[in-house]
Amino acid sequence: MSRLQVVSGKGGTGKTTVAAALALALATEGKRTLLVEVEGRQGIAQLFETEALPYEERKIAVAPGGGEVYALAIDPELALLDYLQMFYKLGSAGRALKKLGAIDFATTIAPGLRDVLLTGKACEAVRRKERSGRFVYDYVVMDAPPTGRITRFLNVNDEVAGLAKIGPIHNQAQAVMRVLKSPETAVHLVTLLEEMPVQETMDGIAELRSARLPVGRIIVNMVRPEVLDETDLELVRTVPRSTVARSLSSAGLGGARRGGHAERLVDPLLTQAEEYAERYTLEHEQRAVLAELGLPLHELPLFAEGMELAGLYELARELREQGVS
Amino acid sequence: MSRPDPAHHRLSPARLLDVDPLLEDPKTRIVVCCGSGGVGKTTTAAALGLRAAERGRKVVVLTIDPARRLAQSMGIDSLDNTPRRVKGIDDTAGGELHAMMLDMKRTFDEIVEAHADRERADAILGNPFYQSLSAGFAGTQEYMAMEKLGQLRARDEWDLIVVDTPPSRSALDFLDAPKRLGSFLDGRLIRLLTAPAKLGGRAGMKFLNVGMSMMTGTLGKLLGGQLLKDVQTFVSAMDTTFGGFRTRADATYKLLQAPGTAFLVVAAPERDALREAAYFVERLAAEDMPLAGLVLNRVHGSGADRLSAERALAAAENLEEPRIVDQEGGKAVLRNSPDAQTSSDSPTPGTPAGAPGSAPEGGSPTEDAENTEHVEDAERSVDQLTAGLLRLHADRMQLLSREQRTRDRFTALHPEVAVTEVAALPGDVHDLAGLRAIGDRLAADERELPGPVDQPEPPEATA
Repeated sequence: MSRLQVVSGKGGTGKTTVAAALALALATEGKRTLLVEVEGRQGIAQLFETEALPYEERKIAVAPGGGEVYALAIDPELALLDYLQMFYKLGSAGRALKKLGAIDFATTIAPGLRDVLLTGKACEAVRRKERSGRFVYDYVVMDAPPTGRITRFLNVNDEVAGLAKIGPIHNQAQAVMRVLKSPETAVHLVTLLEEMPVQETMDGIAELRSARLPVGRIIVNMVRPEVLDETDLELVRTVPRSTVARSLSSAGLGGARRGGHAERLVDPLLTQAEEYAERYTLEHEQRAVLAELGLPLHELPLFAEGMELAGLYELARELREQGVS
Repeated sequence: MSRPDPAHHRLSPARLLDVDPLLEDPKTRIVVCCGSGGVGKTTTAAALGLRAAERGRKVVVLTIDPARRLAQSMGIDSLDNTPRRVKGIDDTAGGELHAMMLDMKRTFDEIVEAHADRERADAILGNPFYQSLSAGFAGTQEYMAMEKLGQLRARDEWDLIVVDTPPSRSALDFLDAPKRLGSFLDGRLIRLLTAPAKLGGRAGMKFLNVGMSMMTGTLGKLLGGQLLKDVQTFVSAMDTTFGGFRTRADATYKLLQAPGTAFLVVAAPERDALREAAYFVERLAAEDMPLAGLVLNRVHGSGADRLSAERALAAAENLEEPRIVDQEGGKAVLRNSPDAQTSSDSPTPGTPAGAPGSAPEGGSPTEDAENTEHVEDAERSVDQLTAGLLRLHADRMQLLSREQRTRDRFTALHPEVAVTEVAALPGDVHDLAGLRAIGDRLAADERELPGPVDQPEPPEATA
């Protein structure tokens, strides 16, 4: 299985959560995963309920079964100095660069240099080995930029290799692209059962494929439980209001006659059911659209009470059960 | 436990945001919608634009990344980077709606074409460094959105410009990017790259100079000579033609602080989105940017919000339990619920419904039994459905109270921020009618109309 697992998705689909759950899921017995954050939002720290992560790899969780999850929030500025250090000893020159605003420039404006650093750092972690020759991390999971930017983000080194035609940057860029375009990498897309995220997922897949980046799985997040099924919804359309009122009344919710407590609940409850039915139909349509893509499809449940650490472990278990690790 | 009074239940913040006075005020010239990704910024911007136009203003909506069907319905799905008039709006008040989708590369190219002579423009446009930069790496999208805003404002053709901000990693990037780009292009690095020799004179620069010569050498080695040359060509071309990117960035920034500008922070009643919103509110205050309020999208309500989740669940369980008592004549139903006793028209325990298992036995053998079965089946499925309805309601009530808690947290932090709420829709919005409906929900007066039963519950006779 691919050792670099990139998790992208439309904003608001919960890709950070899925990435974290995936890192936990992959940390099976004796395995070690690194969860990498590239967007500087400290979303991982929030999920794991720890203080803000520094630019250093540190253990943040032990997975059930004993695997370990490390996390790294990549700081582009420090990554740049790292990067320069890879090629040259840049003590005072590094400081001068900083004074000149060059670091600012490089990490925020220069064509994708920031992205070069982020992808470069992740690939470095993928390839890093211990003295024994064993990989330091069995898996690297990246909480990547959203679907709209993911292809450009991953492909930036191609562009850089084209710009810097020779020299160490060129070589480094090519080395990174070799990892990203190989089966070593899988790009997963997180979506919801809603029209826009699904559309964006399809667009994203097309873009990734045309850039020859390896598409992995589709993970449908925050799937709501089915409360009413097809038969129920059929009945909602035809059921006489009075029978529902009687039923409510028999359950102890007040009078069924006109104006009674139970009777007055019927309309609002049926309205809610109609809204549910509308969403139900939309969700089924979107699920069908996703199924047609022919990619491994996973569904993760919605946690009504919001995401908490316990929920994260549950999602990880769910992912394991669905065979992602 | 006292039940929340519906009037206060829906909105606890101190202030309600009314978008109509804001949209109608001729002094409002720019409305910026910002917020984290996936909260409905684009839809909000479009709905505000439509509402303002139908109230007589000449509006242009600048969107960054609209959903395809929304863009199609507004006629802006082709990327030509100029505002297009939107057809199908109600223009009886004399307003107009124009919309455009930002094309970053095109905007960048236009700046170059407008500010450089032909030959120089060609040189810049053909420069590989420029080509990557303008194609939209981190930061440029934000810069170009602000640049386009500045351009639209300068044309002075519209009464009101509604801007949607880029879906960036942080909602605040668009505030920072122009400054960074500006300070870079105006900064020492540029001067170094364009004319390193000039810096040699001053004694105070000596230390820096050592670093610099090291750096130029280093850069050359790192990037390869050709790239450094490309960068230098690009930078010097940009520098001479733009003559003060900084000034432009500053002007755009000042425009955002001007009295005619209003920021609307868009969020959904979810923890992360509201956390980002709170951060944004603080940041806007720090930057002296005028905040009009918070638009809270996808807020849920219930017409039956007097029925708590707990009671609904208990009742659902009650309905799903196997019947203890068989029914008589397919009518009376008795359950083992204590609640049943409180309701007025359900039978009292121990009444004719009779002893368990007494009814069908000994009755007419076939027909009656079948009939009873039919009725029973029908009733059972209605009971099942009702149980489902109650479970659905319990979910809804739980969602409501979660949303309420999240909002309360925000309000506690920022009581000064006026809030408007937009009720959740089951599906996506992709036409003008949908946008209009959102606009109605954004306006304050709508909130008083629908919603929960407001009259106090009349006491019901208990048996």
